[in-house]
Amino acid sequence: MTKKERFPIVHIVGFLLSIAMTFLALIIALKTDFSKNTIMTFLGILAFGQAGLQLFMFMHMNEGEEGKAKIVHTVYAIFMAIVIVVGSIYVMTAGHPIH
Amino acid sequence: MANKTNPSLPLEYQSEQGKLNILGFWVFIGAEIILFATLFAVYGVLGVRHAGGPTQADIFVIKEVVIQTLLLLTSSFTAGIVMWELRRNNQKGINIWLVITLLLGAGFLIMEINEFQHYYELGATLQTSAAMSSLFTLLGTHGAHVTVGIGWGLLLILQLSKHKLTPKTASKLHIFTLYWHFLDVVWIFIFTYVYLAGVL
Repeated sequence: MTKKERFPIVHIVGFLLSIAMTFLALIIALKTDFSKNTIMTFLGILAFGQAGLQLFMFMHMNEGEEGKAKIVHTVYAIFMAIVIVVGSIYVMTAGHPIH
Repeated sequence: MANKTNPSLPLEYQSEQGKLNILGFWVFIGAEIILFATLFAVYGVLGVRHAGGPTQADIFVIKEVVIQTLLLLTSSFTAGIVMWELRRNNQKGINIWLVITLLLGAGFLIMEINEFQHYYELGATLQTSAAMSSLFTLLGTHGAHVTVGIGWGLLLILQLSKHKLTPKTASKLHIFTLYWHFLDVVWIFIFTYVYLAGVL
């Protein structure tokens, strides 16, 4: 089970991918003429991709006997986070406060 | 039970206590995700209320933010190398990469303090508007986490030099690297939904 690799290849690939995704996000945000919604959709996909990369490649989320429990718990927390953020913005900006 | 060890597993999973502490920390990370979600929600709602004061586009300096992002991304990578060295039982390597991680974290923190000072000079403070209050609260909470992480890492280095690599110190190191990676995850979302969205 103990790994004795001589070179942290997974970490280096993960690092290069996250740098590439950061610069891709920058280029999409600052150098393209898409509509704001299209740009934010692309940036959102890149952000969630990068977060997943950190969780699996660096944080070893699926590792050990409790791997499944960690994934279920963390994915549930992320789901709740999205509900909190999207729900709050929807409720507070969709015109409900006028009434 | 706490001292029962299983040598076929990585060092930090060998003791029952170490294993449970790591699982417990994942539960804590779940709570932290919700904490930052509430701050993002407040910023998402109030981030457009400038009360006649400066807007995000007026104060953000993307070049500086990119350097901050690169510092934190690299520190997350070096924290990953700490874990990799831990798996190789290389205490010297752990120390070296842990120090590099903390230095990168300190560099990030210094840049963030300068950034806040720059905002202050432009007339954007915690009291300026709802947008600035929620912005500073979100960024400040993340920065406070980085500050705590630096102190935590320093204490771990001391503890490691005293107790060497044991299932106990190994599980503490594992947990520290989880915390540090999590800070980078939060920053990715701040970078995307605060900074890039703010200058679009």
